Amino acid sequence: MLFNKISTLVWLIGCLILTSVAYAAEVSVLSSTPNEQHTRTLAASCAACHGTNGNSAGVSPVLAGLDATYFTTQMLAFKNGSRTSTVMHHHAKGLKADEINDLAVYFSQQNRVANSTLKPQTLRVNHE
Amino acid sequence: MSKSYSRRDFIKTASLAGSWILAPRAYARASKPPLGHVVIIGGGFAGTTAAKYIRMWSLNNIAVTVIEKSAQFVSCPLSNLVLGGSKSINDLTFGYDLAKKNHGVKWVQDEVTTIDTNTKKVTMKRGEISYDRLIIAPGIDFMYDAMPYLEAAQEQIPHAWKAGWQTVNLRKQLEVMPDGGLFVMNVPKAPYRCPPGPYERACQVASYLQNNKPKSKVIVLDANAEIISKKGLFTKVFNEMYAGIIDYRPNNAITEVDVASKTITTEFEKVKADVLNVIPPQRAGKPAQMLGLNNIDKRWCEVDFLTYESKLAPNIHVIGDSVSAALPKSAHMATSQARVCASAIVAIMSGSNPDTAPVFANTCYSYVNDKMAIHVANVYRYDEAKKIMVSADGGGVSDKPSEQEGQFAGAWATNIWSDVLT
Repeated sequence: MLFNKISTLVWLIGCLILTSVAYAAEVSVLSSTPNEQHTRTLAASCAACHGTNGNSAGVSPVLAGLDATYFTTQMLAFKNGSRTSTVMHHHAKGLKADEINDLAVYFSQQNRVANSTLKPQTLRVNHE
Repeated sequence: MSKSYSRRDFIKTASLAGSWILAPRAYARASKPPLGHVVIIGGGFAGTTAAKYIRMWSLNNIAVTVIEKSAQFVSCPLSNLVLGGSKSINDLTFGYDLAKKNHGVKWVQDEVTTIDTNTKKVTMKRGEISYDRLIIAPGIDFMYDAMPYLEAAQEQIPHAWKAGWQTVNLRKQLEVMPDGGLFVMNVPKAPYRCPPGPYERACQVASYLQNNKPKSKVIVLDANAEIISKKGLFTKVFNEMYAGIIDYRPNNAITEVDVASKTITTEFEKVKADVLNVIPPQRAGKPAQMLGLNNIDKRWCEVDFLTYESKLAPNIHVIGDSVSAALPKSAHMATSQARVCASAIVAIMSGSNPDTAPVFANTCYSYVNDKMAIHVANVYRYDEAKKIMVSADGGGVSDKPSEQEGQFAGAWATNIWSDVLT
């Protein structure tokens, strides 16, 4: 019985800690550091071609969940010209090495998710 | 039999404990978001992106309402292809339902009439709404001051510079134009929405005429001294792909238009068109004008590039084409500005400091026919001394038009639409 009571208490405390940790994590995401913001806005500007959080909706490579070392190697290759490209060298050359490293970590931590399917519509008569 | 503490009891206790702790927060979030309410005027590339990313990055702790007068989103990027005939306007038209549903954004279809900064209230034709912070993302407004009669003549002489029925109208005019006809268009003095757009348009019209009405011609009257985006590439395309079709005339600002005869007068000449497309000069959209935020040349809005807060009005941010900046007024740029603004607003409203040196990218494709495209791509970096965004080294344009870049341009559109609208 005593053991049961102790273990219940331990679990309750455990739950409290877990909840606090979850809450702290949430708050820390909200009050992100300027460098975390720097990386998330820079990473998000890749979305025009590579999708939200690197989940491409088509043709362009998926960056979400990509191995960080692979990402860095490829970006540095675009930057120094050892990997040829039509567009990517114009982006890679504009980035600093630490920004490339931060992007690599950021994208490696993103989950691969399926995009919602966006369907076009018929333009309504009352549109401008 | 003594009661043993089973795994099921564990979970029961744990989840009870969890719900006891979580319940008050969940309740608080449902009744009033703890970090406040952001109202966004305009559901274009900039406004819709800001709405989504504020919700995402605040973990839904900031309530967001978008006020947009149109029920549908019609993409300006790719709309020149409607003139060329390889796209329909119905390929470029989307609803807002996924943007609303996926991110819990409140949506009001209405038109803003006044903004009261003292009471922090936006009044619309059919109601009013209070904000803690306001984002104004109204796109462009056309300036008809110099030629007011053109405003009433948009059916005969469409601008087609906001994608929609005017785009369809201009396409129909091209379809009924006889072979041997003359299409005349202008380029307004920069800055205007989409710097390479007019030159892409000339290519799209020329591509259609080349294949269907080969005796026809395109005259481009440019108010600027030269092609102002992708100059080398467009010059080559005009001179080689469309030799004998596109006649490009720089330093040729329109001074007058005779609507009935579709005759344009410039400082140098008179040109009579069969189909005429006049793109008027532009300024920040009307909601930005309501507060006089368009302080630069009475056209564009001066902002702090760390937050996109207006230099004239605290708690009010301006993003997208309305911003005065040495940045191209492109869709990708509008979304990049929107995300820096969203990130800064989330930081400020949760009590921390915004990034002091934002960096973002811009990629802009132009189709030179139905399959081949060219690009300009740059990284832009905050310059702490100048306090503006400047282009980083290493950016540039395509070597030549290619079908591969045509596919990339299509992928760009698919991805940016998906990012903005889902």
